[in-house]
Amino acid sequence: MPTDPPAPMTGQDTARSARFEQQVLPYLDAAYNLARWLSHDAGDAQDVVQEAMLRALRYFDSFHGGDARVWLLTIVRHTYYTMRSKNRQDDLHAELDEDIHPLVDEGPSPETLTLLAVDVGALRAALERMPPALREVIVLRELEECSYKEIAAIIEQRIGTVMSRLARARERLRAELGHHPKEVRRHDVR
Amino acid sequence: MMCDDARLLLHAYLDDELDAANSAAIAGHMRECPACTARYDAYATLHKALAQPGLYEKAPDALRQRWTTAAEAPATIVRPRQRRARMPLSVAAAAGFVAAMLLSGPAWLQLMRSGRVNHELVADVISGHVRSLQGQHLMDVVSTDQHTVKPWFEGRLDFAPRVKDLGDEGFPLIGGRLDAVDGRSVAALVYKRRLHVINLYQWPVEAGVPSPQTVVQEHGYTVIRWSDAGMQYVAVSDVSESDLRQFALAFQNDGSTSGAR
Repeated sequence: MPTDPPAPMTGQDTARSARFEQQVLPYLDAAYNLARWLSHDAGDAQDVVQEAMLRALRYFDSFHGGDARVWLLTIVRHTYYTMRSKNRQDDLHAELDEDIHPLVDEGPSPETLTLLAVDVGALRAALERMPPALREVIVLRELEECSYKEIAAIIEQRIGTVMSRLARARERLRAELGHHPKEVRRHDVR
Repeated sequence: MMCDDARLLLHAYLDDELDAANSAAIAGHMRECPACTARYDAYATLHKALAQPGLYEKAPDALRQRWTTAAEAPATIVRPRQRRARMPLSVAAAAGFVAAMLLSGPAWLQLMRSGRVNHELVADVISGHVRSLQGQHLMDVVSTDQHTVKPWFEGRLDFAPRVKDLGDEGFPLIGGRLDAVDGRSVAALVYKRRLHVINLYQWPVEAGVPSPQTVVQEHGYTVIRWSDAGMQYVAVSDVSESDLRQFALAFQNDGSTSGAR
C-alpha cells in the first residue's frame, strides 16, 4: 500500500468519475490486451488490469490531458512488472534470454514463413515463447498499433532503443515461427 | 548502405517511421539486394499476419462490468437531502433512515464527516487488500493464535488492536501485518473464508461516537465499516456480502467484554 496520501477529493467526485469513464475506460481493451500478453494467463491479466485501473483512478488527478491510452498502458506495464518482481527467477531468466539473443537472422526462408505466419495458433505460441521485453514491443507495435514515440513513452526508453528492440523482436519471432511450427501451445487459457 | 544497417532500418521503413533520406537509402539498397528485399517481404507478411483480430485480447465482460458500474459507485453513498415528494419506496426508506440519523444528532454529524472520506478510504482499503494478496505482502506475523498475533503489534503501533480468532465461526485467523490507511499506520488482521482472504483493518478513533455500520461494494469487493469502543474497523474481501456481514457480526460479538483497547 503506498504511503503517500491519495489525491485530495473535491466535492466533484461524480464529475471526476464521469471524466475517468469517458477518458480512460475506452482503453480497457488495450489495457487487457497488453496485460494478457505480458502475463500469459487470463486470471493474472485480470488482476493486473484491476490493480492498474485502481492506480489510474487514484492518480487520475495527476493526468493532465495528453494521450490517455499511453498513460494507461504505462501504468499497466508498471503494475505487471511490480506484481511479477516477486518472482526473481523469472526476471533473471528474461534478461539472460535477451542477452543470448542478439540480432541474428537464422529464420526460415520467406516462403516457409508465408505459410506459417497466417496461422493464428502458431503466431500465438511463438509470441508466448518470447521474453517479455521483446514480446511487449511486438504487442504494442503490431497489435496495439502504437507509434515508436508512443512505445518509447510506454516502455520508458529512447526511440532508438525501440527501433532496435523491435527489429530484434521481429527477428526472434520469425525464428520462433520457423523452429517450432507444430509445438502445442503451452499457455492455454484455463 | 550495408546489409547490416538495412537489417535494422527496414523495420522502421516498414513501420513508416523513417525520415525521407533514410527511406530513400533503404529503397535504393533493396533495389540492389535481393536478400534484404526478401527479408523485408517476410516482415511485411509477418506484420500483416499479426494484425489478425484473433490475436487481440479484448477485456472480459466481467472486468468491463466492474468498471462501468464502478463509475456510479459514488452515487450510492447515502444522500441526506432527498425530497419526500414522489419518490420510490427505496428512496423513501432511505429518507426515513436519514431522518432517523438527523434526530440522533452527533451520529449524523459523524456520518456526514465519514461520508466525505468514504470513497477515498474505500479505494484505499481495496487497494491495500489487493496488494496484500500479491507475493509475500499478506502477513508480517503468521499465526493462528491470537495470543501470538496481538503481542506482535506491541511497540509497532500506538494502540493495541483487538485480535480475535473466529475459527469456530468459519473465519480462522491466519496472521497480521502493519499497513497504512488514510495516511496512518493501522493493524491489519488476516482471516480466511474457505479459499478467500479477508483483511480487517483497525485503528483508534475518537471514542463515544459510535458510527453505524456501512456497506459499500466497489470493483467486486465488499467493504464493511463500523466503529466500536473507540476503534474504527474496516473489513474488505471478495467473499459474498452476506459472508462478510457474518464475519463483521462474529467479530463484534462480545465486543464490549473482551477489552477493546
